Amino acid sequence: MPLSIAERVGSRTLGIIEQFGEFFVFTARTFRWLVSAGWMPKNLRLLLPQFYEIGVRSVPVVAVTGAFIGMVMAVETYNQFASIGQQNRLGSIINLSVVKQIGPVLAAVMLAGRVGCALAAELGTMNVTEQLDALRVMGSDPIRFLVVPRFVACVLLTPVLTAYSDLLGILGGWFISVFVSNIPNHMYWYYSTHGGVDTWQIMEGIVKAFFFGGAIGLISCFKGFNSGAGASGVGRACTESFVNSFLAIIILNFIFAQISQDMYTAIYGIRSIFS
Amino acid sequence: MKLIEFRNVSKRFGRQVVLDRISLQVNEGESLVIIGASGSGKSVMLKHMVGLLCPDSGEVSFDGHRIDQLSERELDELRINFGFLFQQGALFDSMSVEENVAFPLVEHTKKPPQEISRLVDEKLRMVGLPHVRKKMPAELSGGQRKRVALARAIAMSPRAILYDEPTTGLDPIRSDVINELILKLKHELNVTSVVVTHDMHSAFKVADRIVMLHEAHIIFDGTADELRSSDNPVIQRFVSGRAGDEELAGLRE
Repeated sequence: MPLSIAERVGSRTLGIIEQFGEFFVFTARTFRWLVSAGWMPKNLRLLLPQFYEIGVRSVPVVAVTGAFIGMVMAVETYNQFASIGQQNRLGSIINLSVVKQIGPVLAAVMLAGRVGCALAAELGTMNVTEQLDALRVMGSDPIRFLVVPRFVACVLLTPVLTAYSDLLGILGGWFISVFVSNIPNHMYWYYSTHGGVDTWQIMEGIVKAFFFGGAIGLISCFKGFNSGAGASGVGRACTESFVNSFLAIIILNFIFAQISQDMYTAIYGIRSIFS
Repeated sequence: MKLIEFRNVSKRFGRQVVLDRISLQVNEGESLVIIGASGSGKSVMLKHMVGLLCPDSGEVSFDGHRIDQLSERELDELRINFGFLFQQGALFDSMSVEENVAFPLVEHTKKPPQEISRLVDEKLRMVGLPHVRKKMPAELSGGQRKRVALARAIAMSPRAILYDEPTTGLDPIRSDVINELILKLKHELNVTSVVVTHDMHSAFKVADRIVMLHEAHIIFDGTADELRSSDNPVIQRFVSGRAGDEELAGLRE
């Protein structure tokens, strides 16, 4: 039996490597179409419906998520800060967490769920009903027609939605801190900006949102294009799209945190919120 | 003059050999019908003709040029020569009938909107559905969906139309409408037609020539009359729709 186990492990490993290879080719073809034809008017007109579907329709869920995360942060951290008499500095930790980590990551996770699954389901259904083949036989590459506009919309709108989520998170934290926990309004904002949030922190969150959006768009479209047959195949594509997007977001977030921390320390030195 | 040619084409999926050294020519203007049992590789052959599938070995040519080695972009240009009717129509369900039929014209021509609209009308009239242009595919019956898909397939005035089981899932009357349409398009547009089907009524009605696939090989290539008079038991059973001992063995256990 050891051979059989080795065979199975080998076959599974080869399968994973093959999937990575196919994803790489898919990504390369997307970028090639994006560069060579993405700017053409007939392709630009494909963007508006995607902006609406991916951007406008995601606003409510991202807004609610952002606002409640800010509020929860305020509720959870108040007692700890109050116990050491530093409750006036609550704004710095809430806003720093929101703009650097929680805002971008949670907005991206919500988009992986709402947008990523919808893309995988839509393209997966088109795959199993031969609509992708219909595009090919009419001489229109489905990557140009379907993937590029969705990818561009994800890349451009995830940072916008992240900024919106950040804003609502900041307002949610401010509302609880000032109106429920009775922290003086001017102190809350003073410590938010002095030693707390600066342009670097905001930009870190926004810049990584571009990459989160790109990962969601590419992974979801790839899973949809390669969905198995029937309803179960499309369902599996949706699940895999979310799980893989989530993993990509978490891994990218770690990479960005490390790079950003190193760069910030090299340029500005270590900066404490208690300074 | 041969328009499509297969030379020793083989294709396998996993361990299953679907096509085994198949050689076939489709002449310009002819109506070729490919018959065979479900899973015998008929649709696989059709997909090789437009480069949707690549052979594992052998050559596929269109108009004297090999197409099995072309890149996806080169294939895009080649495919404008084809119209393809999918089994379920494969209409884009997010677009109206009008947008579906106009799609190849918008994608590949620089015609003004009025001209495109006129052509959409013309194609929908050809398939006998001038009144559905504002409808969505979900609002159409199965037969109507196939006719709209056919209107879309002929929008670019292709040289060859490939039909993948055009009458499957339709009642006999609707099937006959589709058969008449295939004949009408052949005569009016003078196109080459390749029809994949296991509907023998349809095959006899539209075929100039019939090819039968069985166990990855072509076991018959000739006219409808020659097919009827064949003494090959596999062909006879298929033509008359009689299951053999092999097919019925599972029921007798």
